Amino acid sequence: MNGVEGFMYPNEIGLQWSILIVLYPYITGLVAGAFILASLVRVFRVEAVRPTYRLALLTALSFLLVAPLPLQLHLGHPLRSPEMYFTPHSSSAMAMFGYVYLWYLMAVLVFEIWLDYRAEIVQKAQSTKGLLGLLYKVMTLGNFNISHEALELDEKIGWVVTLIGIPSAFILHGYVGFIFGSIKANPWWNSPLMPVVFIFSAMVSGISAVMLLYMATTKIRGLKIDVACVDTIAMYLFYTFIIDFAIESLDLIHRIYEADESFRSLNFMVHTKLYIPHIVIQIMLGTLTPLIILATTQLVKFNETIRKRLYVIAGSLILIGVFAMRWNVVIGGQLFSKSLLGYTTYKLALITKEGLLVAIALTLLPLVFLYVMVRILPPWPEKQNNALASGD
Amino acid sequence: MNSFKNAGHLLRFAGLFVIAFVLFLVIRHYYVPKSFGQYGHYRGDAIKDDAARPTFYAGHDTCETCHADIATKKSGGPHAHVNCEACHGPQAIHALADDPTAHIPVKPDSATLCIKCHAASLAKPKKFPQVNEDHSMGMPCITCHTNPHSPAIDTTGTGGKK
Repeated sequence: MNGVEGFMYPNEIGLQWSILIVLYPYITGLVAGAFILASLVRVFRVEAVRPTYRLALLTALSFLLVAPLPLQLHLGHPLRSPEMYFTPHSSSAMAMFGYVYLWYLMAVLVFEIWLDYRAEIVQKAQSTKGLLGLLYKVMTLGNFNISHEALELDEKIGWVVTLIGIPSAFILHGYVGFIFGSIKANPWWNSPLMPVVFIFSAMVSGISAVMLLYMATTKIRGLKIDVACVDTIAMYLFYTFIIDFAIESLDLIHRIYEADESFRSLNFMVHTKLYIPHIVIQIMLGTLTPLIILATTQLVKFNETIRKRLYVIAGSLILIGVFAMRWNVVIGGQLFSKSLLGYTTYKLALITKEGLLVAIALTLLPLVFLYVMVRILPPWPEKQNNALASGD
Repeated sequence: MNSFKNAGHLLRFAGLFVIAFVLFLVIRHYYVPKSFGQYGHYRGDAIKDDAARPTFYAGHDTCETCHADIATKKSGGPHAHVNCEACHGPQAIHALADDPTAHIPVKPDSATLCIKCHAASLAKPKKFPQVNEDHSMGMPCITCHTNPHSPAIDTTGTGGKK
């Protein structure tokens, strides 16, 4: 049979989980990571990264809105999906996660964004006419109170929401790792470290994504990138990445040392079918290279232009590396047989329901959402908007 | 009182959550079937609905009532434990009709049917008869295995095994 080597059980020959299931943890990871970056400002008072605070929140929201779409496309029957909320099975992690998703979307992200933008929303509701004005009026919920006391209260509540949001973000993405880590039938996935690995790689990818988006949007707007801000982001990115790298290495060392009955099969796979995506793209290109680049920027004082370029290279490589990690987990975990004596092949289609084009569209869709949100709720200070307007 | 006034917008946001939750409960009330959860995590009435569905399979005992000769042939061969309707499809419409001859079943096409079980696969036990695509050279299986109810080829002395 095409693409099959050795002994493969019939139900293992075709992969059940496609590239869309690779995208799902990738997108939720970006959400969690972007939120953690926002929490640096709100909870940990890292003022240097404030220019990215609102952009991080909007990025998290736009990616979160797209996060269920790969699952909907993969499963089909989208009209059935509300049943997960209406008749959830308490023993199903996936069903319970539906509530976590809704909680994170509404009680954390939407609420925090609304609180943070409320003053602007009220001002725009009073000054904007037409449909957009109506939208702002609806967003005020009919309350125009932006007194100092009211905004102070918003600030306090916002702090609490962010504080609750941090564990929520961890649960949001930890769940994805949990789903894989708890599958005891698959030795590639079955590891209690999986949720932790997913959370830290999510933080790394989300922080990189927001850093790149901040640099790109600032460049597009013709403004000067706040180098102190990107320096600080890069520093936190480096520290988070070290933890991520340490935990992933721990997982790897544990597997090698334990060398259970699945080890030879997995080892063979890493050296053959997964050599390019795992060793070359994930470890060399997506982990070691950006780690060395970020370490170098911490040790050597390059000039601003070089630093910014190095951050862009490191950030882009991290995004590629984390995507490769999701790919290697989801696709890699389905390439070998439970018999540990056979291997199959995944062929990525181009124009199908779960093909490459759909995957690319789903990756770009959050950016479209983000563009719309940025138009309605600009994440940069009013002063900069005015400067831009006068520049035009 | 003043702080309560300053929290008006928060109460409105909380109100939205309450409205959404009440709406959820109302929709749930009408959307989820009444018998859901009666026996387990499914719609209890589904059992009654299933019981009321027409019968499609007659069962091999019913087949053998009239086709005792076939049953005898089958009992001596490797297909002894294969139910009639596994190959001939659901035959309740034929077997339970007042005049079975009014609904004569279509004979299965051996060129496509046999391979469903006997296609070679590493996952099957070695002693199970299996053939590759080129085994029949395009001919229907019954060209050689003339009696599909007991398909061994006696004349060759191979017992029909490949």
